[in-house]
Amino acid sequence: MALNLAFAAVMASLLSAAVSLGAHRRIVVLRALAFPLLGLAGATAAVAGLITLSSGAVFTDTLPIGLPWLHWQVRLDPLSALFLIIIGIVTFAVALFGPGYLREYEHGDHPLVQLGVFTGLFITGMLLVVLADDAFMFMIAWEVMSLSSYFLVVFHHEQAANRRAGFLYLLMAHVGGLMILLGYGVLATFGDGFAFASMRVAELSPLWASVAFALGFIGFGMKAGLVPLHAWLPEAHPVAPSHISALMSGVMLKVAVYGFIRMSLDLIGDVHWGWGVTALLVGSVSALLGVLYALQQNDLKRLLAYSSIENIGVIFIGLGLAMVFMGSGHPKLGVMALVAALFHAFNHALFKSLLFLGAGAVIQRSHEQNLERMGGLLTRLPYTGVFFLIGVISISSLPPFNGFASEWLIFQAALQAGTLDNGVLRILIPFTAAMLALTGALVVVCFVKAYGIAFLGQPRSRRVRHARQVTWGMRSAQGLLAVACLLTGVLPTTVVNLILQIPTQLLGTGLPSVTAHGWLWLTPVSPEVASYSAPLVLLGLLLAWFLAWQLLHPRGPRSIRRGDPWDCGFGPLSSRMQYTGTAFAQPLRRIFAPVWKVEERIERQTEADGLRVIRLSHQQQIIDHSWAALYEPIGRWVMLVARRVTRLQQGNIRIYLAYSFFTLLLLLWLIS
Amino acid sequence: MTWTGWLLALLQTTLFVACAPLLAIWIKRNKCFWQNRRAPRYVQPYRDLIKLFRKQVVLAENASPLFRMAPYIVFAATIVAAATVPLVATELPTTAIADMLVLIGFLALARFFLALAGMDIGTAFGGMGASREVSLASLAEPALLMVVFTIAMSVQSTNLSNAMTHLLESGLVLRPSLLFALLGLLLVAVAETGRVPVDNPATHLELTMLHEAMILEYSGRHLALMEWAAQLKLMIFGVLIANIFFPWGIATEFTAAALATGLAAVAVKLALLGAILAIAETALAKMRLFQVPQFLNLAFLLALLGALTHIILEAGT
Repeated sequence: MALNLAFAAVMASLLSAAVSLGAHRRIVVLRALAFPLLGLAGATAAVAGLITLSSGAVFTDTLPIGLPWLHWQVRLDPLSALFLIIIGIVTFAVALFGPGYLREYEHGDHPLVQLGVFTGLFITGMLLVVLADDAFMFMIAWEVMSLSSYFLVVFHHEQAANRRAGFLYLLMAHVGGLMILLGYGVLATFGDGFAFASMRVAELSPLWASVAFALGFIGFGMKAGLVPLHAWLPEAHPVAPSHISALMSGVMLKVAVYGFIRMSLDLIGDVHWGWGVTALLVGSVSALLGVLYALQQNDLKRLLAYSSIENIGVIFIGLGLAMVFMGSGHPKLGVMALVAALFHAFNHALFKSLLFLGAGAVIQRSHEQNLERMGGLLTRLPYTGVFFLIGVISISSLPPFNGFASEWLIFQAALQAGTLDNGVLRILIPFTAAMLALTGALVVVCFVKAYGIAFLGQPRSRRVRHARQVTWGMRSAQGLLAVACLLTGVLPTTVVNLILQIPTQLLGTGLPSVTAHGWLWLTPVSPEVASYSAPLVLLGLLLAWFLAWQLLHPRGPRSIRRGDPWDCGFGPLSSRMQYTGTAFAQPLRRIFAPVWKVEERIERQTEADGLRVIRLSHQQQIIDHSWAALYEPIGRWVMLVARRVTRLQQGNIRIYLAYSFFTLLLLLWLIS
Repeated sequence: MTWTGWLLALLQTTLFVACAPLLAIWIKRNKCFWQNRRAPRYVQPYRDLIKLFRKQVVLAENASPLFRMAPYIVFAATIVAAATVPLVATELPTTAIADMLVLIGFLALARFFLALAGMDIGTAFGGMGASREVSLASLAEPALLMVVFTIAMSVQSTNLSNAMTHLLESGLVLRPSLLFALLGLLLVAVAETGRVPVDNPATHLELTMLHEAMILEYSGRHLALMEWAAQLKLMIFGVLIANIFFPWGIATEFTAAALATGLAAVAVKLALLGAILAIAETALAKMRLFQVPQFLNLAFLLALLGALTHIILEAGT
């Protein structure tokens, strides 16, 4: 049943890709056929996932396609189910959002066929990745996902920067794909076959297990955007159309997380605590650097993309903790950290998609991507404004929304570090938790900036001043995700109970204590150690608000008068006098100065007497250190090697014949 | 038991909210004493609040609904935060709803809306205040969390009530880790509540303000709620310091005598803390904005030292 629903979802998304072929200059095909089919795919995928997750069962099947000796093996277990739900919900929201959003492309020469076809293929690829039960099918699905998303990244290919971003994305996706392939190669060698079932039972020596883990970590980490392999992400994600950005940041990164969990916890099995430390450290660095870079961005979508790196870092902190605990003989605590990480992955999918859809609505209506030209959008796009605010509160992990619940669980897991025997770990884990706290606080700064500059204050440009409401479909997509954020935040026990099926099935260890005290209470270890009741928190907040309103709010017609804001007694304020996003982030730019490469130029033009300034321009560019430290050296090295290799190319037929001759000789010698 | 518990929790929260202005005026009177000024009377902050509640609100023309909602959200979040802190008695049901981490979350929620409200009108002061407030708070938060970690590792619980009873039962033991945590928390509290040397609550010079700059556009009841929330936050930090590190006297059972002792004990502790703060504020000058990060780094280092000493010296005991 569940598996059939999942197949139906795959079929619906494939069909959506197929009907889009007829969308040439007829956008109505996309709107009336392709997107509803995608919505259907999303809904069925989510239902299939929910059925599997609530029952905790495992469904397997073999498809009559694939290699002659290895038909495609399909498996739907609780782990894939959670990610099916993630893909399903976001795809459904995107299908609601898309038709309205595409109005922008109705006129003009936009490659709509490609958009429809590759969106369908992209979702098909992601669905198949989480369903795959052999390395062959996994890699094909993985490549379908990577390649089709490349075409979505270069949708606006008329701009050279986007083509460059697309190429970088393609390159990184393939280097990552190669690593994953090698990792599966190692597992397949020991497990005698490419089916996951045989890899699971394989006996790996610790060295080879670590090699497989390292390959998987680099490969999946590259796709997930871990620092320092992240540089492609903030280039590629923002240039795609916004609903695709939502899918890429909200879902595709989660698929990479899925691959990592599947490989390290399921296929390799015996977890070593050293792997956990690696994941923990890389995760912490990604989280901190991700948010620090996000903070300095003024392009709304780039800011969101960098913030995805931060959230992936948080997820890897959780996974790292899980591995540390599992590897040192504390399976229950490991399960707690794993559940926290998975919960955060789920939450991030919800709120990041919500924020990207909100950004899409803003960009469609104002044609501005730059925060410095926005302002006052809350009164112009009230629905988007409110939903975006919910997304911002969730991502800032403030109670009682969902981001808080998952980060709280990660903190609780980190607090149990005292039970470890290794003294270094006992110190390291609280320290990474403090870094996580710093990250969380910086996220608040980042999103106060984003929301305050874009949605509050006065509009900073004419087009923003005249921005109008978006369509009902776009509003309902955001509303759906916003309600999901609130619900998962207020009822974390329900979600955690569902997620607990994953470790129960995967590792054979559950954690009954976490929800043992009813749906109201989240008690990770025991109620004496820590408890959190999100429903009561919400109730308390509403009660306090209501009482303050009832008791302290005077009634009467003259209780409010409108007037001018305080202007220090000099003429009226203009929108140019507001604090800018760059200025808002300045204190932290100064405090954390070494993190960025800042190129700053100030030009000052004065009158002839040199006293009065008539023109002042300030230019500032924030450059990611990873470019200079990692990407450019590798690029130079590749060019160098390529130049050396060109010496072989003489253009003379006799020399090529000689090459062939010597190659044959060498091969004959090798065989004999 | 549970009903008396909830009733007591409600009463305690009411007491908390009602007494917050009293603590503020106590500190102010002490400061006046040390600075040889004539002090306002004890009812002054209550009079100010009543006056503000009665006044007409003057709202900027371009204020959005968020600007009008923010004072209520800030006030509500701070009240809920106060409700989870044991003031007179431990073992109240409200402390189970939220632990120390959630308490930090509530304060962050209040700050988040405070900062957004500061940016709503679009004046430079609001943006500046919001930017500085959230930037400095982001440095204070890891230090605060490290303090929480040290305490939580010592008592093996993040539940405030359990932490206090645990420390109460263990008696007068010198724990170096808690000493460091106390120092760290003192510094963080000064920064979080906007007192000298980080911010000056009495200043009205725009360029040096943090908290005041954000609420510059507020008037009438909105301003009253914001001010009250700020006083409440000061009281929360005071009670945290007083009841975690010096838990003696707090009621662990719900009898009239125990509760009376608890009330008297917390009053004396807060009065002492307030007097110390007043002396410190008189003796110190406000520091430059960009020296505050070093101040907060010190707090973080102290808290980290606390955690390390716990792991090295005290773990396993």
